[in-house]
Amino acid sequence: MKNSKKKTIRFYVTLAGIKVLIKVLQLCGRNATHVPGRKAINICPDFLDQIDKPEFIIGITGTNGKTTVSNLIADVMQDNGYDIVDNRFGGNIDSGIASALIKNSTMGGHMKKKYAVLEIDERMTTKIFPYVQPDILVCTNLFRDSYRRNAHTEFISGILDKTIPARSRLVLNGEDLISNHLAMNNQRVYFGIECQDGRTTPTNNIINDMVACPKCGARLNYEYVRYNHIGRAFCPNCDFGSPEMDYAVESVDYEKRRVHIRTPKGKLDIKLLGDNITDAYNTVTAVAALEEFGLSGEAICRSFEKMKIAGTRFDSVEINGRKIILDVAKGQNPIACSRVCDFVRHEPGKKAVVLIIDDFYDRQESSENIAWFFDTDFEFLNDPGIVQVVVGGLRCQDMHLRLLMAGIPEENIVCCDKETDTAEYVDLEKAEHVYVLHDIYTTQYAKAIKKRISERMQEGGKEA
Amino acid sequence: MIRIEVLFSEFCGIFADSSNIRYLEKCLPDAEFVYTAYTDEPLFVTETPALIYMGAMSESTQEKVISKLMPYRDRIKELIEKDVPILLTNNAMEILGQYIENEDGSRIQALNLYPFYARRDMMHRFNCLVRGHYKEFEMVGFKTQFTMAYGDTDAYPFIHVDRGTGMNRDTANEGIHDHNLFATYVIGPLLILNPLFTRYLLREVMKLENAELAFESVIMDAYERRLKEFKDPKTDFN
Repeated sequence: MKNSKKKTIRFYVTLAGIKVLIKVLQLCGRNATHVPGRKAINICPDFLDQIDKPEFIIGITGTNGKTTVSNLIADVMQDNGYDIVDNRFGGNIDSGIASALIKNSTMGGHMKKKYAVLEIDERMTTKIFPYVQPDILVCTNLFRDSYRRNAHTEFISGILDKTIPARSRLVLNGEDLISNHLAMNNQRVYFGIECQDGRTTPTNNIINDMVACPKCGARLNYEYVRYNHIGRAFCPNCDFGSPEMDYAVESVDYEKRRVHIRTPKGKLDIKLLGDNITDAYNTVTAVAALEEFGLSGEAICRSFEKMKIAGTRFDSVEINGRKIILDVAKGQNPIACSRVCDFVRHEPGKKAVVLIIDDFYDRQESSENIAWFFDTDFEFLNDPGIVQVVVGGLRCQDMHLRLLMAGIPEENIVCCDKETDTAEYVDLEKAEHVYVLHDIYTTQYAKAIKKRISERMQEGGKEA
Repeated sequence: MIRIEVLFSEFCGIFADSSNIRYLEKCLPDAEFVYTAYTDEPLFVTETPALIYMGAMSESTQEKVISKLMPYRDRIKELIEKDVPILLTNNAMEILGQYIENEDGSRIQALNLYPFYARRDMMHRFNCLVRGHYKEFEMVGFKTQFTMAYGDTDAYPFIHVDRGTGMNRDTANEGIHDHNLFATYVIGPLLILNPLFTRYLLREVMKLENAELAFESVIMDAYERRLKEFKDPKTDFN
């Protein structure tokens, strides 16, 4: 274990009390993910400093993909016999990490486990990195995210630059010119995708946060743009540009669900846990972190073979040859939502898309800031294969306007105020498959919609 | 054909600001939209555009934009006095003030065209809803920013705020309105959120008497629903 600051009486009392609280919460059927850590930090402000940490910590931060990558890394390590601390059932801010550490420590505040895989919120590193310093830090990417919380990429990269510990070895996205220039004095390796991808639409996305050189201001020359600012670019005036990749996807076979990755130690043929370019990204990111940790390529591949994609992010059912697919299109996150729209566009067949992406919490007491609708590439839904877009929720009129601005024909758009009513409006005569794009916090509506459309498809099947 | 200049869109559109222009493109299909890059000379230096627009930007970009525009300060003043329509959203407005003050007290001198200054507080992001009036139009919008404006913030008021926050917590006045210059901290899709103001901008300010709102019935439905929510006393504005 990593020794921490000298422990105080206050720390011991807090720890004992919080351990009791965790037991009580667990007896009540709660996961005790966030509350215990928050209470511990409130009572003992330097709690994270005093509690012992595991000897080796892998941290995962970034805008998109950090939960999936954290889970992949943790799963592979556990499958290879490592007993780890993780925060997969907890928060990724300081309180969630404190909860994870408390649960894995003794009453004396000593750490029971040698390794940790911790997802870390990129905005909260100021409260985490002074006390919990990753040996390996993965940054998946940095994109425009919630305006309210994260402002803009320069703000977040500035925070990371100031807080990343000098000792952390970095695993960075070679195709993301924002995150791959973080903490330039730290040791680093780069991952990315070298091949073309038929399931990504090369286009002028609305958002590109790396147009001009941050060093000299000249417009960057892009060799290619994969999406948004993800790609390969160089400054015509100075030495700023994309690095060579140490871990690179050389090809993706979506049919066979395989991805071929070049690593410094050789080539891997590894299972692809999804249908999207982001799944290839998540895979190569996890492989890079795990090989840097010391696992062999063979061990990593073996573990991947046993894995399934997380159900909460991607859920599908097939009825009489027709699919209903639920996919998370994170609300307030224009890039994540755009990626899902691009994914749907490339799926085969005639499709209906159900959009239920209003913010679940804003509508309870306030009114959602819908600016992010206009930074999201809903233009991807303007495609001959998408025969209908059904919008549900309080913000359906705003979305109606947004879809019209994206060029989607008026006759292909249906709007209703209640999310679950969308199931009745899906035109199953026109659409073979249905894609329900929902926010993280509206999974319950998506499941209800899936159930109702399943019933309608089954009734249709019987009639036929 | 009218020409509308969009300044530094590669930098200045970080809170969906480009949607204002994309909506105007739908309203004005015959207009030419000139996207001036940071490395180019602005169109307004040699011509008089029908509208000049600039949106939100990062803090370091503000410094670059001030440096870029400083040599054209007198020309900008002349354009304002000649009633050329200018629209600035979010922190683009701060370019026109006296200076921007950092947390450590250091100052970035701005164009000093209006008697206000902005003070940054980078660790405390301010978010709120805004409901107010400009002329007879009920205005709605969202704010998300690291700064507040101080000084004589009431000298050239644009929106009178009924709920939410103005240029700072102690004033009900939001933004700058002088001749045909409109500048406000309200972010991004200002024109989409406020179709009545947009029609006024097109017809009365830009003198395009036959201009129509694109997707009028849909944008008005969305506006009226939002207005109803913003008038609901139960709606939390913070």
